[in-house]
Amino acid sequence: MFKKFQPSIDVSGQTSLKSSVQRSIRSNILSHWKIDVETLEQIWPKKEPLTLVKCREHISIYSLHGEPLFFQHFDGPFFPTLRLLHKYPFLLPTVRIDRGAIRFLLAGAHMMCPGMTSAGGYLPPPESALPAGSPVAIHAEGKEHAVGIGLTKLGTEEIKKVNKGVGVETVTYIGDDFWAVQSI
Amino acid sequence: MASAEPGPSQPVAPIQILYCGVCTFPVEYCEFGSHITRCKEWLQKEHPPLYDKYYSEEALQAKLGTLSLEAQTKLEEDTAKKEAKAEKKADAALKKKMASQVTIKRIERNKRKYVTAIHGLEAFDVDLKKAAKFFAQKFATGASVTKNAQGFDEIVVQGDVSGDVVEMIEDGVGLLKGVPKDNIVEVEEKKKKGGAEGA
Repeated sequence: MFKKFQPSIDVSGQTSLKSSVQRSIRSNILSHWKIDVETLEQIWPKKEPLTLVKCREHISIYSLHGEPLFFQHFDGPFFPTLRLLHKYPFLLPTVRIDRGAIRFLLAGAHMMCPGMTSAGGYLPPPESALPAGSPVAIHAEGKEHAVGIGLTKLGTEEIKKVNKGVGVETVTYIGDDFWAVQSI
Repeated sequence: MASAEPGPSQPVAPIQILYCGVCTFPVEYCEFGSHITRCKEWLQKEHPPLYDKYYSEEALQAKLGTLSLEAQTKLEEDTAKKEAKAEKKADAALKKKMASQVTIKRIERNKRKYVTAIHGLEAFDVDLKKAAKFFAQKFATGASVTKNAQGFDEIVVQGDVSGDVVEMIEDGVGLLKGVPKDNIVEVEEKKKKGGAEGA
């Protein structure tokens, strides 16, 4: 999504958000991420107004004092930015890819199922299986921090069964153009 | 799902991550970047313990364990190739930057009335909007950032200030620092006789 992203071209406008919209975002995040009220308060204090940065292709980035915090595509789920995810790695459920796949991920490829079902990979166990279309943090074999953020294309159980083709769509990864945007 | 544990919960402290000063990746991902040699040097200088953790013999051995020998050599080759490519690209970008010109155009608007258009400053990392404001303040005239006929952004200052602008760039005043003076071109544009009005 962010392989090519230039703030000077792709941003079409910035507005500060109505407090009612902010409230709905807050409750949305609290119900979808594994986060408690206090931690969210620390990331995004209640008093601070969030800025909505509208970009091409219906991408909305929400920033606080110029620092991007979350983004969203259409009315889809909220994603934290990678830098935020690095600070709070528990926000999203995790999948892990094997070492061979890192190279391709960093070139912007979507993640294929075998990369996650192989020995180096990891998928959530059946009891906490994820449905298709849920945001996940993509970690890498032998690495401590997340390497990207993705959106599951298949449910995790399905990935294990099908084991072919795209399993997780890459949304953003370290080194893409959105990573380079530190303030907006 | 809202709170992870019952009872009064404390906000979880954020994890501090060290990002590489060269490629901005988290340091453990430097090896996949395109400046690995420089990243390594940087890490060794700034954070020796971490350097040992990621690039010591054992660490390298541990990594080797998961890959076949052929794959490993291929990976190394690829990395080297990528690095060379990135370096070349950076070089070319720098060269291009140094070759790009700043055009200062004096446009006749009416007899004895001029506007000055300055084009090409953005190549030297000058914020056009700020620069326009700066010019406006300096010359006490109007200055704006507009798109010219070719679709490039340029600063248009009211009045003939071409000489002053050249001087300012040569002295490297404030915002205009870093613009090499050899790259300045002064151009004059006269209104065509009886022709349609220019842009």
